[in-house]
Amino acid sequence: MSSTVETALPNAPVIADEPIPPPQTPFRRFVSDFLESKLAVLGLIVFAITLVIAVLAPWISPQNPYDLQQLDIMNGKLPPGAMDMDETMTFLLGTDDQGRDLLSGIFYGLRISLFVGVASAFISLLIGGALGLFSAYAGGRWDSFLMRVVDLQLSFPAILIALILLAVLGQGIDKVIVALVVTQWAYYARTVRGSALVERGKEYIEAAHCLALGTRRIIFRHLFPNCLPPLIVVVTMRIAYAIMLEATLSFLGIGLPITEPSLGLLIATGFEYMLSGYYWISFFPGVALLVTIVSINLVGDHMRDILNPRLQR
Amino acid sequence: MDAAMPTLEVKGLRTHFFTKAGVVKAVDDVSFRVGRGEVLGLVGESGSGKSVTGFSVLGLVDPPGRIVEGSIRFAGRELVGIAERQWRDIRGAKIAMIFQDPMMTLNPVLRIDTQMVEAIRAHEPRIERAEAHRRCIAALGQVGIPSPEERLRAYPHQFSGGMRQRVAIAIALLNKPDLIIADEPTTALDVTIQAQILYEAQKLTRETGTALIWITHDLTVVAGLADRICVMYAGRIVEEGSVDEVLDNPLHPYTRGLIGSVPGRNKRGSPLYQIPGMTPSLIRLPRGCAFRERCREAVEACGEPQPIVHPAPGRAVRCCRCSRPGAVQ
Amino acid sequence: MLVFLIRRLSQSLVVLLVMSFLVFVGVFAIGDPVELLVSPDADQFERARVIRDLGLDRPLWEQYGVFLLQSLKGDLGNSFVFNQPALQLILERMPATLELAFAAVIIAIVIGIPLGMVAGLRPHAWYSRMIMSVSILGFSLPTFWVGLMMIMLFAVMLGWLPASGRGETVDLLGVPVSFLSEDGLRHLLLPAINLALFKVSLVIRLTRAGMRENMLMDYVKFAYAKGLSHGRVIFVHVLKNILVPIVTVVGLELGNVIAFAVVTESIFAWPGMGKLLIDSIYRLDRPIVVAYLMITVLMFILINLIVDILYSVLDPRVRIADVKS
Repeated sequence: MSSTVETALPNAPVIADEPIPPPQTPFRRFVSDFLESKLAVLGLIVFAITLVIAVLAPWISPQNPYDLQQLDIMNGKLPPGAMDMDETMTFLLGTDDQGRDLLSGIFYGLRISLFVGVASAFISLLIGGALGLFSAYAGGRWDSFLMRVVDLQLSFPAILIALILLAVLGQGIDKVIVALVVTQWAYYARTVRGSALVERGKEYIEAAHCLALGTRRIIFRHLFPNCLPPLIVVVTMRIAYAIMLEATLSFLGIGLPITEPSLGLLIATGFEYMLSGYYWISFFPGVALLVTIVSINLVGDHMRDILNPRLQR
Repeated sequence: MDAAMPTLEVKGLRTHFFTKAGVVKAVDDVSFRVGRGEVLGLVGESGSGKSVTGFSVLGLVDPPGRIVEGSIRFAGRELVGIAERQWRDIRGAKIAMIFQDPMMTLNPVLRIDTQMVEAIRAHEPRIERAEAHRRCIAALGQVGIPSPEERLRAYPHQFSGGMRQRVAIAIALLNKPDLIIADEPTTALDVTIQAQILYEAQKLTRETGTALIWITHDLTVVAGLADRICVMYAGRIVEEGSVDEVLDNPLHPYTRGLIGSVPGRNKRGSPLYQIPGMTPSLIRLPRGCAFRERCREAVEACGEPQPIVHPAPGRAVRCCRCSRPGAVQ
Repeated sequence: MLVFLIRRLSQSLVVLLVMSFLVFVGVFAIGDPVELLVSPDADQFERARVIRDLGLDRPLWEQYGVFLLQSLKGDLGNSFVFNQPALQLILERMPATLELAFAAVIIAIVIGIPLGMVAGLRPHAWYSRMIMSVSILGFSLPTFWVGLMMIMLFAVMLGWLPASGRGETVDLLGVPVSFLSEDGLRHLLLPAINLALFKVSLVIRLTRAGMRENMLMDYVKFAYAKGLSHGRVIFVHVLKNILVPIVTVVGLELGNVIAFAVVTESIFAWPGMGKLLIDSIYRLDRPIVVAYLMITVLMFILINLIVDILYSVLDPRVRIADVKS
């Protein structure tokens, strides 16, 4: 029998060589594929802007919203575009009940929200990723034990676990991050383990073993880089989710304390005044939150499409 | 049906895929005919366009591909350009198809009887349930499935690969088609089961007079089965003739390469012949013979478009060197 | 099937035990209910009496043992605040939460599957792109904020729908439900849509991904080769295949929806158990928190079990695998 096996789908004829002459590195192809979606590029740009705002908040905000000296209760609940009492400052997005400039509040809030989201994602990535790699590599009892724990954890909604944890731990940035890490590590562990198992079975790892390379070298130099594509997608989407979860918890009043107001807390403050028509106190922080999350998700979503080998065009 | 009229006649068929990278000429000027009860072997490597040819005949080319040119006449009726509704009446009823991988062709979540009855109902909506069942059982019996009444109620995963392929063949037979296109139906199976399926196929064409197009990359399969062979290379038919003539006296250097690389024909211990090089890209095919780069006998004239020549009655070859006197012994 | 059920049930029991311990230990650390129940000027003796009455002076493992024994009898303790059995308080509010959650899931399925099918069949059409962009928006929208905006728009500005509460309820088999009365439906609409929002996107994406993957499968091509119509191929062959993952995920998401109802219930003042949980966390009403968690754990385990059974009904391959194992 001939050894060639016909695998080409009728609608995907085999193309022997690439039409574009210079050899494409995976990274370069990733970039060119990424630039193809205008929405994803827009998402990236918007996310970069929110990131810059968050980092530079203390320097670009019209006022320091938490310096009580700068606040005047007489300026409370002013609509967007109103001037303050001395007519020296315009509140572009209005003020909250304390007379705080909402725009400044949003800038500072973004800073806290993004910090919490990114920090919790990276800590979860470190913990979950390490456990996932270990699980895939150790196999056997360790693997099945860890995966049982992951399954158990993932079968309970993140918000419920975070709620209870925060009810136990109390408020605070560090506690919110702990709660988010506890709810998120399992996703990373499962993703990393899944792709590590797939990659482990491939010939190039076998080849590395045959070359008698050290285990650590195989894991970190060979295995890990190949697990990255799905992980990048998970990290992006999880950051967005972490930001949303933190906002939700803060909104419920069990996340961040009033001294460190994230966007969720700003929205919560506005809630009580909304029924009396002071819509802007809740509206604008929500828009800022939405824009941040949407931009991250647009990027992540498109990356998932291009990194999905099954939908490779 | 007129005895002289071929069941299927394909002329100058071109099916191209319009991809981002360029136009893939999967099928490029293919012509052949199949008569009643005849078995045509369509042989070629992966990507030579043989499967796409099969799908074109059923009007099942997925976008971005489409038939750009040519004619497909089935029992004298032109099929290129007919409406989807009319295609539907032909598919499964007049022309049936069997696919390569029996694990994938049956729907995993539907019972065999559902998948069989719907094939009948699609063409005879008013048929009674009992009658449809009777025909399903008969078809399963015809392909050698034991206790067909029970097996009808099973799900595909309860069958072995060979049995599943028999079920697929039984489905193809349900409406007594005039033509069956079999796209590598034995490639995914064990050699012993392959032999059984081949035997069944041969028996069927003899008994029912159904024409058969057997698509394969494996010359040994068609050797015992087909009446005529078309050898495809890079979207074109490079050689055509009766099985015995083509196998005993191959004209095209590519056919000779294919025959040479079949194990078993060589002497024991002598290295297996390999055709040097790789299949060319279907996007940027050369002007002349597509096999030129890999051909040991290539000459200057191979750079020009190759005409089809008929060195003997019933033979056709697309190679300028074969038109020289003395090329056919 | 019976063996499978027994095995699954015993697994579930272990999970329930583990969770009950975690819940108990976790919640044990919540605040100090004594502070809340005893007036600040009460003397030491008064405090000690309350602590003893509540069993707070005994060691943790003993409290857990008592708790376990009691909960087997269906007694999860009395609420510190209402001085009523916690379990009863939770169960009283459960129908409201379940009604909300089911309404949300139904909305998500009814909207999500057709949109996902359209987007999966014609992935490059403008309307498919639009559906997908909107679905990104769907799972990026912070539920609680959307809830607020919905109240502002439909209740405050337009005045079409009520902003809070459950409205008039009708007894259905002894359980009060809102969806049978017009007033109740009007109250149900906003919170249900709010809760469904996130899930609509999920269902759209699952359906679309399943559609795209399945349409490329050989069995679809084979079905067409049999001469079947588009409708038959898509609605019978493909839909039945993609329903399996959708049912699984949506079923498992039901638990998530119930948990997320905490947020929606707080915003719309929907008198369900989620709102009771949040209130109890503020009031440090430990037995209610514990009871809520035990009930939800039990519910999740049940949901998982039902989804597993449903899954095996829908996918014949699993059914066989289970019989064999």
